[in-house]
Amino acid sequence: MDEVIQVMSADDIRRAVTRIAHEIIERNNGAADLFIVGIQKKGVPFARRIQQTLQAIENLPVPFGTLDITLYRDDFGSHTSALDPTDIPESITGKTVILVDEVIFTGRTVRSALNALMDFGRPSTIQLAVLVDRGHRELPIRPDFVGKNIPTSRREDVEVDLASDPQNDRVTIRKLAEQEATQ
Amino acid sequence: MRLLISGGRIIDPASSFDGVGDVLVEDGVIAFCGERLPEEMKSGEVRLYDASGLVVTPGLIDMHVHLREPGQEYKETLETGGMAAAAGGFTSVVPMPNTVPAVDNRATVEYVVRRAKETSPVRVWPTVAATKGNANEEMSEIADCKAAGAIAVTDDAFPLQSAEMTRRVMEYCRTFDLPLLTHCEDKSMTKGAVMNEGLSATVLGLKGMPKAAEDLQVSRNIELAQMTGCRLHILHISSRRSIQMVREAKARGVRVSCETCPQYFSLDDAICLGYNTLAKCSPPIRTRDDIEAVKEGLADATIDAIATDHAPHAAHEKECEFQTAAFGMIGLETALGLTVSKLVDTGVISLSEAVRKMSTAPAEILGLPLGRLSVQSPADITVFDPSEEWTVDPELFQSKSRNTPFAGWRLRGRAVTTIVAGRVVYGEVRSAEKTTA
Amino acid sequence: MTLSQKHVLGLQDMSAQDMLCVLDQAQEMKEILSRPIKKVPTLRGKSVVTVFFENSTRTRISFETAAKTLSADVTGFSASTSSVQKGESLKDTILTLSAMAADVFVIRHQASGAAEFVSRYTDAHVINAGDGQHEHPTQGLLDMLTIRQHKGRIEGLTVAIVGDITHSRVARSNIWGLTRLGAKVRLVGPETLLPAEVRQLPVEVFHDLREGIRDCDVVNVLRIQLERQEAGLFPSLREYAQRFGLNSNALREARPDVLVMHPGPMNRGVEIAADVADGEFSVVEEQVSNGVAVRMALLYLLLGGSDDAVAH
Repeated sequence: MDEVIQVMSADDIRRAVTRIAHEIIERNNGAADLFIVGIQKKGVPFARRIQQTLQAIENLPVPFGTLDITLYRDDFGSHTSALDPTDIPESITGKTVILVDEVIFTGRTVRSALNALMDFGRPSTIQLAVLVDRGHRELPIRPDFVGKNIPTSRREDVEVDLASDPQNDRVTIRKLAEQEATQ
Repeated sequence: MRLLISGGRIIDPASSFDGVGDVLVEDGVIAFCGERLPEEMKSGEVRLYDASGLVVTPGLIDMHVHLREPGQEYKETLETGGMAAAAGGFTSVVPMPNTVPAVDNRATVEYVVRRAKETSPVRVWPTVAATKGNANEEMSEIADCKAAGAIAVTDDAFPLQSAEMTRRVMEYCRTFDLPLLTHCEDKSMTKGAVMNEGLSATVLGLKGMPKAAEDLQVSRNIELAQMTGCRLHILHISSRRSIQMVREAKARGVRVSCETCPQYFSLDDAICLGYNTLAKCSPPIRTRDDIEAVKEGLADATIDAIATDHAPHAAHEKECEFQTAAFGMIGLETALGLTVSKLVDTGVISLSEAVRKMSTAPAEILGLPLGRLSVQSPADITVFDPSEEWTVDPELFQSKSRNTPFAGWRLRGRAVTTIVAGRVVYGEVRSAEKTTA
Repeated sequence: MTLSQKHVLGLQDMSAQDMLCVLDQAQEMKEILSRPIKKVPTLRGKSVVTVFFENSTRTRISFETAAKTLSADVTGFSASTSSVQKGESLKDTILTLSAMAADVFVIRHQASGAAEFVSRYTDAHVINAGDGQHEHPTQGLLDMLTIRQHKGRIEGLTVAIVGDITHSRVARSNIWGLTRLGAKVRLVGPETLLPAEVRQLPVEVFHDLREGIRDCDVVNVLRIQLERQEAGLFPSLREYAQRFGLNSNALREARPDVLVMHPGPMNRGVEIAADVADGEFSVVEEQVSNGVAVRMALLYLLLGGSDDAVAH
């Protein structure tokens, strides 16, 4: 059996979202030119939380989009997944794009997302927000906003559950059983 | 040299003999055929063939083959086709004249006769094209060809379209007492068509040949045969209506006979699914209902003969798009097995009737002095094992070509020894010493 | 997530699951075509060879656009400029092209079964872009994508296919695809343009246009070719248009939200009246853009790897 340890509670997550929202506003002197883009699939609900928090704090609408990076992956051919909607409803050119994912690991997903974003326009800045940074980067990429740094081994999996009811949100670490980890 | 084939089940439909007995071959002719060779005939040197468990019949005659010589020797020759015939138990074959050039004059008939004599292990009885170059325009020199050895006139592969031309050919054939073998197909209904018209063709998006294209010409040719008195033989009959029309014509005394081929009682048109070009032939493989009709026709003797329409083609002529693939399949080496497996073992016809349709009847239709085991007739004999099970492997065929849809089929019934004019041309003489020692 | 089959030769043998998978992915692919930069790097280094033995500008361009949008390399091979004119067989042509390391062959050929034939002689994936009168699976899929976009479903709809069914690969692919996904299919045309034993297919057959399209959700109009008149299958384009041409009057028989489709190219005034072709119910142009999306989805799904989950 896999061993599962909770590393963030619903309250931890709520506080991290609030902090990250404030850090974004502080760094960018408000929320006027922001454009939140969530990476499919699990980055999207986290990005939604950040967008809603930003709107509540600044009391203005913050544009929101979703991005599927499957077609930009560097491991195509070994892996094909179903596409989820990419929806960038307005131009990102000149905007400050906050790219949001739930976990940053090797950095390859973010690399793909950056390439994808560039095909939609020319943002003035792209910043990266993640809920969990678990280390093991393979590319020179560093998040601008981090909910929590959680050192992990490669044999562990970080699972972010952002349920429809925020009361049930949680982040867990699953220690993979031996045979699964060596797969 | 004398050969005594002893202890086999002798089937001689011509004399209605069917029982265990002896056949003595002497100087290329049958010296005795009956239950027991009289003692006085046993004197002198005799080679003994122990045929117990085997069937001994008059040599099989395939009255419809394509041996491709002259002109298309890459597909088959009189030699390789003859070897395939011998391996299939046939002692005589009747090649169709659609060679390149066509057999439509004395020179080509003589060529075939001479080449067959030089190279073929079995007897080859040439036929002559009804029209020059098979062009359906002018009649060939039929009488001259008969004098050179042609035994029948045919429009096979190039069916006569004009009723007027057909009438005149029939009258001319009658004049010189030759049967006309007709490929019945109204070409105006089969232009561009490549298989039977029906559900399979619809699903495959292939143009189908309606059965009516065959039926119309069967009907027309029967009418003209009745009118002219010509001996009409319908080649490779495949459709229910056509068989019924022959049945009715025979009943009212028209001089008509017909043959079918193993593919028409073994396969239905679903065999073409997957664009199986090996099953592409003309007339096309029909439906299950037609298979039943063919079997009924065989059983009530409406269908007189079983031939193969052995039509060899090189691999590249079949490894292509269905619509461009050549028509036809080889059959010499599978005909006996299919007849035994699909007709005899299933009770459609008796073994004796099968032998009649593959030997006695073709000889009668074509007027050949063969197809019987009577004393003094040529010693053309087929010995086969009706219960040998074997798997069709085209790689082992004697034929130059491999185009059969029956590869991998398990069949029962196979030639053991083929004897032409007293000479073993295929197989072995099973010696009594071996088995009794 | 991949298809359960290596080749796309026809919808007759495609499972409902595979068809829905293609439609779902095609739906997402459509978004790429609306981007300012209409290109994703997915199929970089993959080689798609279009092998067209029959002229077809639109299908060929559609496949090329799909492949290029996904960054595949596209090579075109057309029979008119090739060794085929020198008598080379289809088998030899394919063996030659295979030796050039194509990943996908897109084949259009006048012979029914040509795509299946090609698939026997190559390790590459084969997509049938229309083989004779057999199938045109990508057209069938794009038709279904178009229908689903407008109706939200395929199941339970009634689709009439009007015209020359006998010679139509589009009709066959539509029949297999639509019925497998639960639609009812009607065929409308004169007996001369209906193939043998057509009633054994899972369809209803009508000889009267108005009756055939009555209460239909979709009317798919097939192109009629002059050579069929020359072959004696109908007396004149005039009479064909009178009896089987879709005009706005006849169209009132169909449901008020009917979709009118046509695989193109259209003969305006023959099988379809100009006002219907350009009218409010026509989705002909959408079919074209959906064609690119469907072909992108197929290339993506065929060239993708296994289902193995990979850490990110």
